[in-house]
Amino acid sequence: MSATRARASLDLGGLGFDSGAHVLVKRALARLEPGAQLELRGDAAELGIHAAAWARAEGHSIELAPADADFVACITPGAAHGARWRGVERAGAGAGPEHVVEQPSQRWGLAARGAAVEAGAPAFDFALASKAELWADDLGALYAQALSAQWDPATAIPWGAPQEHSDELEDALVTVLTYLIENETAALIVPARFAASVHPHFREVQQLLAIQAADEARHIEVFTRRATLRRSQLGLSTAGGQASLKTLVDEPDFALASLLLSVLGEGSFVNLLWFLHEHAPDECSRAIMKLTAQDEARHVAFGVAHLARQAREDRSLAPRMAAAIERRHDALRGTAGLNAEVFDALIVLAARGFEPQAIAAGHQAVVELLRQMHAGRRNRLRLLGFEPERAEALSALHTRNFM
Amino acid sequence: MTSTLVLGAVAYDAKVVPIWDGFQRWFASQGLDFDYVLYSNYERQVEQHFAGAFHVAWNSPLAWVQAQRTAARLRRSARAVAMRDTDRDLTSLIVVRADSPIRSVADLRGRTLGCGAGDSPQATLIPLEHLARAGLAPERDFNVRRFDVLVGKHGDHVGGERDAARALMQGEVDAACMIDGNHLVFSNEGLLARGTTRVLAQTDKYDHCNFTVLDGAPQALIERFCKLLFSMSYDDASVRPLMDMEGLKRWCEGRTSGYAQLESACDRFRYLDSFLERMKVA
Repeated sequence: MSATRARASLDLGGLGFDSGAHVLVKRALARLEPGAQLELRGDAAELGIHAAAWARAEGHSIELAPADADFVACITPGAAHGARWRGVERAGAGAGPEHVVEQPSQRWGLAARGAAVEAGAPAFDFALASKAELWADDLGALYAQALSAQWDPATAIPWGAPQEHSDELEDALVTVLTYLIENETAALIVPARFAASVHPHFREVQQLLAIQAADEARHIEVFTRRATLRRSQLGLSTAGGQASLKTLVDEPDFALASLLLSVLGEGSFVNLLWFLHEHAPDECSRAIMKLTAQDEARHVAFGVAHLARQAREDRSLAPRMAAAIERRHDALRGTAGLNAEVFDALIVLAARGFEPQAIAAGHQAVVELLRQMHAGRRNRLRLLGFEPERAEALSALHTRNFM
Repeated sequence: MTSTLVLGAVAYDAKVVPIWDGFQRWFASQGLDFDYVLYSNYERQVEQHFAGAFHVAWNSPLAWVQAQRTAARLRRSARAVAMRDTDRDLTSLIVVRADSPIRSVADLRGRTLGCGAGDSPQATLIPLEHLARAGLAPERDFNVRRFDVLVGKHGDHVGGERDAARALMQGEVDAACMIDGNHLVFSNEGLLARGTTRVLAQTDKYDHCNFTVLDGAPQALIERFCKLLFSMSYDDASVRPLMDMEGLKRWCEGRTSGYAQLESACDRFRYLDSFLERMKVA
């Protein structure tokens, strides 16, 4: 045993390698002066045997002490000691966990922002990996708001509230709920799909998309539960409606999908849900519509915020967005758009009866809804930088299916 | 003249394929054309090594002794050219339950010893040799219960040792054999809960696997292979995953001084007779 090298000493007491001694040994080795050795002391059973086995696996040299020595073994650190920390790269360029870079390395992979990433980590292939295409300035606030606004369907909805409306009004409501469920399913799939493509460096974006998907899952639950309160069957899912939604599900571009889904689709849905909140025939449905409308408004806010930021930085985005709206309009030109049953059901719900005057009032309310939807879309397109006339024209091309 | 170095290895686990695929890619990046063939058991590998099917064998210690004895009888020569740092200076333990009345190896008389696979150097042959040197012959002085998991793979699979350890804790055997490192692993896993076992005996140090070459192997390729192995640094992120998978921090020169206990065991128990007959060199 070398007598010339500096030695530190570690007394493990009764702690063995079968109960975590390696933690203290690693800590002591990390604090050794270069070239020094570490003497182990302790009286745990099999300490020497286990120390030798552990040291061998770690690449350290070890000499067991003679029986009359006052220590058990002496470890000389191997060259591999600390290798994993050599050449590490900070995910986030070393500026701390809050610093968001423009183009994170794919090799940072799943590492937490600010973590030290060992060299040699595999490169991932996150398709959405630039700040310009994802970021919004108020993501933190939007996420905090989304978290605090979560609600529990079991307690937030008065499922047992009296149901005093007619079967025909209930049928109209079920028709609309059937339509809402399939639309919300599309609104779940789209953010869920993109969440998996977002580089984890942009964790706030992932979080918002994830909570958006969770919102939609809850909406699907409450719409379904309400639809089956009095009916054992749901209404009609139309080919035209599904064709419209399929163009959303199939849109591969994150910015364009956000535009079509959040800015235009969910934006129109906010109007629809508030309309239903006003006209639904029972307290339970009105509560559902209010809570879901609030959720949808957050989704719209995120879509507008990140697209407005991106449009300011990328002049090519506006024409791409316009082309996407026109492309979708062309693709859906041959379809029926909003199904007639839904349109009629909205009139009946707003009419609350079948007298001619009531129907006329209901029809007028739906016309007003369409006007509000159009105005809302136009205003949001203006926020994205479109001139008034262009925003007006593009809004008019939006799917007749609303979403 | 071949330009590809071919390695023989035993597929003791599914991870063997990604390990050697990884080495193949890395050797290629260093300009060495490398390929490998896998066998299901070491006996076939040694046989095929002598048949010239490949150039260098990744041999278990028992496969090394088989190759070395076969070479000697054929007036050929076998060399161990490299090994892992973790292949050096292993010991095996004979473990009893903490409350066992067995206090010394002599107390094993009439008892049952749980071993690993019958062809495991570390969990069967070397511990039995250790006891034989202490005057206890298997099946005469004590019973041997083998936990034959994947025979032919020379105990590379830890299953036999694990089964023996489990049998010890269930009272099915009075003592169990295992590598020192596996005693630590089983302790940390809770299979051998802390304080429930006692080490009755520890063998002398021995060595484990090595890269074996026979006379006539393409010398320049073997030298290039060894030089590249020794150049692998755990600091290098491109090879560290390979070294982790193969369980080493650095490659060492091959040495054969660590196989004496195993050779004695093979002689004492005439363990190699049937293999040498198969090789037609008995």
